[in-house]
Amino acid sequence: MGVLHLVNRSPGESLALAQCLERACAGDAVLLLESGVYAVLKDSVFAPTRLVESMPRVAIHALAPDLAARGIAAEEVLAGVVLIDYVGFVELSVIHTPIISWN
Amino acid sequence: MKFAIQINSAPWESQGCETAYQFSRAAISLGHEIHRIFFYYEGAYNGLRWMAPPEEETPLLRRWSALATEQSVDLVICISAAQRRGLLEQTEAKRVGKLDDDLAFGFRIAGLGLWIDACLKADRFLVFGA
Amino acid sequence: MKNFLFVLRHPPHEGAGIRESLDMVMTVAAFDQSVRVLFLDDGVFLLKLGQCPHNPNLKPTSPLFAALEIYDVEGLWVEQESLAERGLGLANLILPVQTIRREEIAFFLATADIVVAC
Repeated sequence: MGVLHLVNRSPGESLALAQCLERACAGDAVLLLESGVYAVLKDSVFAPTRLVESMPRVAIHALAPDLAARGIAAEEVLAGVVLIDYVGFVELSVIHTPIISWN
Repeated sequence: MKFAIQINSAPWESQGCETAYQFSRAAISLGHEIHRIFFYYEGAYNGLRWMAPPEEETPLLRRWSALATEQSVDLVICISAAQRRGLLEQTEAKRVGKLDDDLAFGFRIAGLGLWIDACLKADRFLVFGA
Repeated sequence: MKNFLFVLRHPPHEGAGIRESLDMVMTVAAFDQSVRVLFLDDGVFLLKLGQCPHNPNLKPTSPLFAALEIYDVEGLWVEQESLAERGLGLANLILPVQTIRREEIAFFLATADIVVAC
């Protein structure tokens, strides 16, 4: 299995997600966490197009507790993003190696 | 699996510490081992004994100490990061002629040798914090 | 032996100290592990020629990397697109580096056991 990319910065304030997706390849997984979860807002101008373009080759995940903490409801989330909890985060890190943080 | 974790941010600098703590608890609940948590850069402040947040804020320090005690997780503050930031434990404080004893319960101070030791022994390595 | 890859994406004088990052690089080299350093995005500015040495509080970062040569660090790598996007070329850097194209980064990452983003 591929690399796990952790992105913890909002696309509204940082290029971290865009820079991550430019280097990610088929088989990799991305986990949006902390402020990075703002990328999943489907009506935002910042990330949805880029995420949708990446989805065929890269699995996009978001950390559900961080969405809840930020008041992002399920219906606001871009289709195709897989919501996981901390157990799911651990499981992703077991499947993928290496793990790189984009901050 | 064995995990080695590096934390780069201070407790209130970013959510990184909280994420690292929750990840650690989840990993342990699944039967994995958190081999070592190495605090580097501003992460050294996680071991500052004198943190006194307002009562309604979650005492992260107490949770780290509990993780060390209950689950035998090795919490290591990098000595060079600590010295740079004025965090001294007793032995080091005596060596440099100070009276400080800044290290919180459950932590120890050591060099990068323990960081790389953790990287070599672990199956997975993650970095948390800004 | 494990393959360590350090990824530097931030410019000088910002965020975590570059000296502390380099301490990790040199520790890995001292433990006879495989170590590569990859400069991506604004990290390429760490190598830029001409950083002014006059302010003792803002010491140039580029000479620190030149010193890595004696520590058996296997390669300093710079992404070509990161340079080009910033209007820089190899001639703007303080020392010779190996270059890598953006499309090769995925493989470069995947061949590491440990990735340390600094």
